[in-house]
Amino acid sequence: MRGLGKAGRAAGASGPARPRPKLDAVPPGDPRDRGGKIQPMLTVNGLKKHFPIRSGLFNRRTGSVRAVDDVSFVVLKGETLGIVGESGCGKSTLARLLMHLIPKDAGELVFDGEGVDEARGLTLRELRRSMQMVFQDSYSSLNPRLPVEDSVAYGPKVHGMPRAEAKKVARELLEKVGLKPELFGSRYPHELSGGQKQRVNVARALALNPRMLILDEAVSALDKSIEAQVLNQLRYLKRHFNLTYVFISHDLNVVQYISDRVLVMYLGQVVEIGPVDSIYARAKHPYTKALFSSRLSMDPDDRVDEAPLTGDPPNPINPPSGCRFRTRCPFAEDVCAARTPAIGTWVDRSSHLAACHMEDASSGHSHAGQAPDAAIPSRATADAVNP
Amino acid sequence: MTDVTIGAGFQAVADDAPALKVRGYWRTVGYRLRYDYVTLFFALVIVLIALAAICAPLLAPFDPLKTSMAYRLKPIGFRQFALGTDELGRDMLSRLIWGGRMSLLMGLTPVILATILGGTLGVIAGFLGGSVNMLIMRTVDIFYAFPSVLLAVAISGTMGGGMSNGLIALTLVFIPPLCRIAETATTQVRSLDFVEAARASGAPTRSIIVHHILGNVLAPVFIYASSLISVAILLAAGLSFLGLGVEPPTPDWGLMLSTLRQAIYVQPYVCALPGLAIFITSLSFNLVSDGLRQAMDVRI
Repeated sequence: MRGLGKAGRAAGASGPARPRPKLDAVPPGDPRDRGGKIQPMLTVNGLKKHFPIRSGLFNRRTGSVRAVDDVSFVVLKGETLGIVGESGCGKSTLARLLMHLIPKDAGELVFDGEGVDEARGLTLRELRRSMQMVFQDSYSSLNPRLPVEDSVAYGPKVHGMPRAEAKKVARELLEKVGLKPELFGSRYPHELSGGQKQRVNVARALALNPRMLILDEAVSALDKSIEAQVLNQLRYLKRHFNLTYVFISHDLNVVQYISDRVLVMYLGQVVEIGPVDSIYARAKHPYTKALFSSRLSMDPDDRVDEAPLTGDPPNPINPPSGCRFRTRCPFAEDVCAARTPAIGTWVDRSSHLAACHMEDASSGHSHAGQAPDAAIPSRATADAVNP
Repeated sequence: MTDVTIGAGFQAVADDAPALKVRGYWRTVGYRLRYDYVTLFFALVIVLIALAAICAPLLAPFDPLKTSMAYRLKPIGFRQFALGTDELGRDMLSRLIWGGRMSLLMGLTPVILATILGGTLGVIAGFLGGSVNMLIMRTVDIFYAFPSVLLAVAISGTMGGGMSNGLIALTLVFIPPLCRIAETATTQVRSLDFVEAARASGAPTRSIIVHHILGNVLAPVFIYASSLISVAILLAAGLSFLGLGVEPPTPDWGLMLSTLRQAIYVQPYVCALPGLAIFITSLSFNLVSDGLRQAMDVRI
């Protein structure tokens, strides 16, 4: 048990070890705040990114991968929004879209009440000062030819800070992430371990004094024990710098440990969003349930004998009509192919929404309105339900 | 089961880390070169050849252009002529020293120019990608379709002989391979996350290229360019040999080899001297280039 580290322990059967801050605790005031306490840090509305597939002699567009397809959610000030989903469901594309590293095809992004890169909104430069990202691959996200303190100081220098001052900021931040600047500052990335490199990456992301951090699988590549250290450090930094996190991961235990709210993605769409405890206790969407039941348990009596989900996700080039999960869903009915389920209206931070016809009493699904049994039916039952 | 307190406990990791002696990249390269005696020796040879070429007016015992009908094709060590004389009675030693000037110039200038031009084109193509990459790299491919010697001969043949045309021809020949190397390296670096991170911090493209791309592209380009110097010297000699590079009576190793070949049965050793000079120089550049490649291949 000890070897599993903090994250593993926290996510055991006993639930999170550390008391969670109350969900409706409004974060303390911040001089950088523009939209007020109620204004979400980031509002995402109808965001789309379709990557073109080109083929043939003249590179004609023959199709598109719907990596992110009509995604809407809000990130509240001071919270940690966990984003989970299978590989290839569009999590990383979403992160890059939020950072404006790739252009969006449609949709709106509002940062603290202001549009981005619009006539009267924030400029891209201002946004990048307020929103930063930590990448998954700690190795390739640091320039191998720069000492790490120069990597950290680069951002402030780009934003016009004098060289000496930027270096000072960098050294302070290295200290903050637990690396002694006099020992590590002038080292090159290949002289650091994976965890140390990822700390440097966090310091680099903090160098512009951002208000929001996007952590794209930031701890996934680390050893369990190092992962726990970095996670704890992230929680500390969040309080210290008054940050808001978007935490992308495929590790459900880690997401449960660090998140206040969780967003579940499937094939480029949001299937469920809600407070972490509510989602982990009573998942509504069949996909979320399957995802959570695929997680290994610490309890030997609670074994997973049968894979809750079989097969691969459908091809995002040509996703199924209606509900995208219907091809693998044990409860799929005609209505699921005919109509796309709506996720419903978001009210406040305790809203727990799922894009499933079974959640909508008027959808015409036979299970509509009556929450199906918490457990996923076995294959036999599923076939009976879904002939 | 000790609980890790937030904010503390991390320092512990840093504290037990050994006080590692940190060396910069170039210092590491220098450190490795210091114990590579072969590379050092041939670097010394290059320095001596270069010094001799620079100080030619001081070192050369005779005027390299002064002919003498009385002393034509004398053997090595004949009276005052330490290395004999050529077919017009000019002192070989003086001509070899002066010829080094021309050969080094013809060897270095095209490589330096092509590194700057080809490297710039390659970095632009690699960084921008898409249609710009397509345009630049396909144009480069056209040059690749011809053997480099043939291309150099064709270019300087169309433009006429002379040293400057020879330089231009050699530069054009070397641009495509250097462009390709720079493009490949840039494309590899560009897709790495630290470039993305630099963009995410709001850095303008110019700053990203200068601070993040160039440092990582320079080493492979530099190594390749250093290996091209000997090729350039040989190609330049070839052009002169064919009468397309340096024009007589300017002393140049390639040209000397060309004009002396008729006398090969009369004074074979004297005739071989310019060839030997070319051989030693290009061998030195090649070996130093190899040494640099090994020294600069620091695991990063």
